[in-house]
Amino acid sequence: MVTVREAVSAVRDPEIRVITIAELGILRDVTLVDGHVTVTITPTYSGCPAMDVIRQDIVAAAHDAGYDDVDVRTVLAEPWSTDWISDEGRAKLAAAGIAPPSKRAAALTLSVRCPLCGSPDTEQLSRFGSTACKSLWRCRACREPFDLVKTI
Amino acid sequence: MSDGDFERVLGLGDDALIAAQRLGEWCSRAPEMEEDIALANIALDQLGVARMLLTYAGELEGRGRDEDDLAFLRDDREFRNVQLVELDNGDFAVTMAKLLFLSVYQHLLYDALASGIDPRLAGIAGKARKESAYHVDHSALWAVRLGDGTAQSHARMQAAVDAVWPYTHELFEGQAAPLRGQWLVHVDKVLAEATLTRPADGWAPGGGRRGVHTEALSRLLADMQVLHRAHPGATW
Repeated sequence: MVTVREAVSAVRDPEIRVITIAELGILRDVTLVDGHVTVTITPTYSGCPAMDVIRQDIVAAAHDAGYDDVDVRTVLAEPWSTDWISDEGRAKLAAAGIAPPSKRAAALTLSVRCPLCGSPDTEQLSRFGSTACKSLWRCRACREPFDLVKTI
Repeated sequence: MSDGDFERVLGLGDDALIAAQRLGEWCSRAPEMEEDIALANIALDQLGVARMLLTYAGELEGRGRDEDDLAFLRDDREFRNVQLVELDNGDFAVTMAKLLFLSVYQHLLYDALASGIDPRLAGIAGKARKESAYHVDHSALWAVRLGDGTAQSHARMQAAVDAVWPYTHELFEGQAAPLRGQWLVHVDKVLAEATLTRPADGWAPGGGRRGVHTEALSRLLADMQVLHRAHPGATW
């Protein structure tokens, strides 16, 4: 029997399927009081179109774990930061060919490594990529394009 | 809460909403695919902030209007956005000039609001300022690339800056007035790097915050609102 927290934590991001909402750092809290579940989430970006699907998936996951009385609250403060992506989440992003963001304190000094061949010889093609949270890069060594989760 | 708060939040929400709609018009028409994605992403950021601000404005007003009521069921004279955001996209240089002037302003404004006394507004602004930093970078990059580019791109970027400049004064009407100094510092830096000349201040159209708009807004609203007006309450 999984707890409701475990069930909700396992919900996957609908646009980056390899990572869960807990690993992405957008799941802020899960409380259970007298059978009533309150889940608190925060968006990565203000206009993130995945939020509605994430809310539905949370309610469905709680339902599957045996909880039907579920509220999903959205909070904005503290604003989400890529620093909240867990180490496990970063490893999963990299394994899927998506370069994880650098920590904010180091963002200006580290070069971006190609998640495919590991070369630091990379260039940014566009600050905006396939989703609001990513930018588009190219590796000069293996010539492959890749996404980078933007540090914010 | 006073009416002043409703009008102010509505104005900020309308700026973001109308900017989003204009930027969205580039979708599938931008000069290159990366730019198409960039402008759509910036539009999406603006739309996200607009939704949160309009929802809050509706609550401040207390008459039960939600974000959709405010976006889709008001006529042009009821919109409170500055005229800068409603102006036609023009060529790519005009779009970049508009985006540069707007996003530098929004970044300064959100930065101030993020530490303001209204916790709801502070939450929205704290989120939005991180995104607007990317909008500033993106539009500044293009202003420099075009301004400090070929004779043709320089001439068109300068023409765009000249055409849009008068509309920037309205951004600093009322409570945002103290921000113009910092705004000029930032904009001057970009213009200098782009080898562009800052136009002289002169004609300063305004009135958007009181519902006085250009003809361009009416056409934009016709496009944006037609579905909701034809099928009230339609959902996906």
